[in-house]
Amino acid sequence: MNDGQNSHAEGAHPSRTGILRWITTTNHKDIGTMYLVFSFIMLFVGGAFAMVIRAELFQPGMQIVQAETFNMLTTMHGLIMIFGFIMPVFVGLANWMIPLMIGAPDMALPRINNWSFWLLPVAGTILLSTMFMQGGGPNFGWTFYAPLSTTFAPQSTDYFIFAVHLLGISSIMGAINVIVTIFNMRAPQMRLIDMPIFVWTWLITAFLIIAVMPVLAGTVTMMLTDRNFGTSFFNAAGGGDPVLFQHLFWFFGHPEVYIVILPAFGIVSEVIPTFARKKLFGRTSMIYALASIAFLSFIVWAHHMFMTGLPLAASMFFMYATMLIAVPTGVKVFNWVATVFKGSLTFEAPMLFSLAFVVLFTIGGFTGLMLALIPADVQYHDTYFVVGHFHYVLVPGSLFAVFAAMYYWLPKWTGHMYNETLAKFHFWISAVAVNLTFFPMHFLGLAGMPRRIPDYALQFTDFNQIISVGAFVFGAAQLIFLYIVIQAMRGKGPKATDRVWEGSHGLEWTVPSPAPYHTFGEPPAHVERH
Amino acid sequence: MLGLKNLRLLLSAGLATFGSAAFASSYNMPVGVTPLSASMHSLHMTMFWVCVGIGIVVFGVMTYAIIKHRKSKGHVAANFHENTHVEIIWTVIPFIILIAMAIPATKTLIEMDNTEAADVTIKVTGYRWYWHYDYLDEELNFFSHPTTTQEEIRNLVAKREHYNLSVDQHLVLPINKKIRFAFTSNDVIHSWWVHELGVKKDTVPGFITESWAIITKPGIYRGQCAELCGAGHAYMPIVVEAKTQEDYDAWLSEMKAQKNPS
Repeated sequence: MNDGQNSHAEGAHPSRTGILRWITTTNHKDIGTMYLVFSFIMLFVGGAFAMVIRAELFQPGMQIVQAETFNMLTTMHGLIMIFGFIMPVFVGLANWMIPLMIGAPDMALPRINNWSFWLLPVAGTILLSTMFMQGGGPNFGWTFYAPLSTTFAPQSTDYFIFAVHLLGISSIMGAINVIVTIFNMRAPQMRLIDMPIFVWTWLITAFLIIAVMPVLAGTVTMMLTDRNFGTSFFNAAGGGDPVLFQHLFWFFGHPEVYIVILPAFGIVSEVIPTFARKKLFGRTSMIYALASIAFLSFIVWAHHMFMTGLPLAASMFFMYATMLIAVPTGVKVFNWVATVFKGSLTFEAPMLFSLAFVVLFTIGGFTGLMLALIPADVQYHDTYFVVGHFHYVLVPGSLFAVFAAMYYWLPKWTGHMYNETLAKFHFWISAVAVNLTFFPMHFLGLAGMPRRIPDYALQFTDFNQIISVGAFVFGAAQLIFLYIVIQAMRGKGPKATDRVWEGSHGLEWTVPSPAPYHTFGEPPAHVERH
Repeated sequence: MLGLKNLRLLLSAGLATFGSAAFASSYNMPVGVTPLSASMHSLHMTMFWVCVGIGIVVFGVMTYAIIKHRKSKGHVAANFHENTHVEIIWTVIPFIILIAMAIPATKTLIEMDNTEAADVTIKVTGYRWYWHYDYLDEELNFFSHPTTTQEEIRNLVAKREHYNLSVDQHLVLPINKKIRFAFTSNDVIHSWWVHELGVKKDTVPGFITESWAIITKPGIYRGQCAELCGAGHAYMPIVVEAKTQEDYDAWLSEMKAQKNPS
């Protein structure tokens, strides 16, 4: 990104040039950049799938694709966005920022770092190639419930299983790297409690990844043997149980939900204090809230399975445990609001996206609370209400936090300010379109539209048209983002100062902008105490 | 198609959310026609208003700060960054609200779980992509296939009123009787959902799941499969026709006569 522009700075250049530099690099900044580039390519691929889905749903009847293709697109949209975009983009941010934020020269395990990245394009290619195989790609939803994904699935499912294994290995190695780095490579005076909140969220996320990705790997391996080697884990006819699949999947799947939101919490907790020019309110309680959320995420998985006929006692347990998550999540939201309160606010793009995050993520939290009530969930489950709910926490939630992070740290990475006017434009279009897209989904769900259908009854037409228009505008707005980032990378825009933001705080702002190829060869002399 | 009509719809939806229940079915959960669906609706609305209340307070404070505490208005940042009392209060209050919500939810949940002492038992079997109904107390069972045509789906002819929601054989049920449903599946997992009855249950191959309903009003109630089950998932409607006991009995004997013509 800043190759050659900074030859006079401390440290030096990459030892190789051209493509070999990127294939062999063990530098956390290079690898972070590759993660970010890869994940944004995936964002646009997954987004393109969403555009086709919304075009098909613009009217009742089948217009553009076949039902099987539609199912394949919804499946791929989910898989690509979760495993191809959100998880890697957070790893990319971790790679770039964690060493800079804790005053470390690099990640602790640089070669593993290189390998974790290079598994991703391989896995992504395998996953996407299934779409061109005979019988089509995976078409059973990103949750791939058995037996739809075993006995009744297309041949390409075995490739899908292999891709999931590779993605899992990549995530686990990335997580181990984060943990080892944080525990061993902090600046000498930095106690755990002094770490920036973004680093804290990643530490907890990394433990979640290590705990649950192996469960996912085990689950898909059971699928593999059910499909090819005559076992019956998920086949009742052979003594197995299709619902066992769901227990295993969601034991991975629910912590996964927090894997894709906790780093977003961390980003917002960095950005808001900077632009409020005020310390994060309740720093310690933020950390405790994070830990509580992570713990609770392990004991709520069956709330995705309330319609499968769970016993009464289990239903009650999972309902109460799920409701309990609202308490630490509430603490986080209240803390952000208290941080803003009586600050000295300015509204640069990272702040706009973070404030929108707080409001819109909270709306997703509210619908989550409604979904926790089992009797009401009878009417919400597997409808567009759920689609609205999780898109509110993932799009104006995780994705907006990623935009905030990109605008916040881009000047540090490139050495140039991005175009603030265009970025504000990007924000306002996105903020309006995201609500136009996802809010009416709640109405559709409540009125009775099931999710994952390519065609619907006539009374759902109006809201679907509004949603599709919103989605097209939202999709188009992201091209503005792409343009802004490319311009900053090309060095257009004013030079960034080292501190970049008036209210910035933390070690990453003590190194020059752009950050030199090697930083913190000597540990920082001074670390902020909390 | 878009334009004014949709704008009006969006506005009326927005307004009506805070007001009348007249158009409830087009954007809100229906009250339905069973005691359980009514409890589900009331829980839904209570939790909705609780969330609206919390939202007004939290977003209100935030909006106030965003308007008043700007640097451009010369506001200088305060220095506070913790307050144990406030933090305890905003941990305890949500906890109390949650307990208050958990009580009615638990009550309805226990009610939902009680499938005993049913008057009529129907075994529902999911197939890709149609349903089979077996009246276990009568010698009666039949398949229920969707009647939406490929021509309608492919936009070759005009779509009929109940596009995607009509079947050749309704599931006919008596009103004011406790009906127990026993669900299973022939192939993959489906989910039998009729909104107005407040019944949604997964049909799991090799296992039986249960649910129940007491329908209080005669009428036709439409639903759909709610669990992705393959290419025909969108075309797997359910139609329940609730009749008075006399009409139901008449229907039963007619069906049996059809089946065993003397």
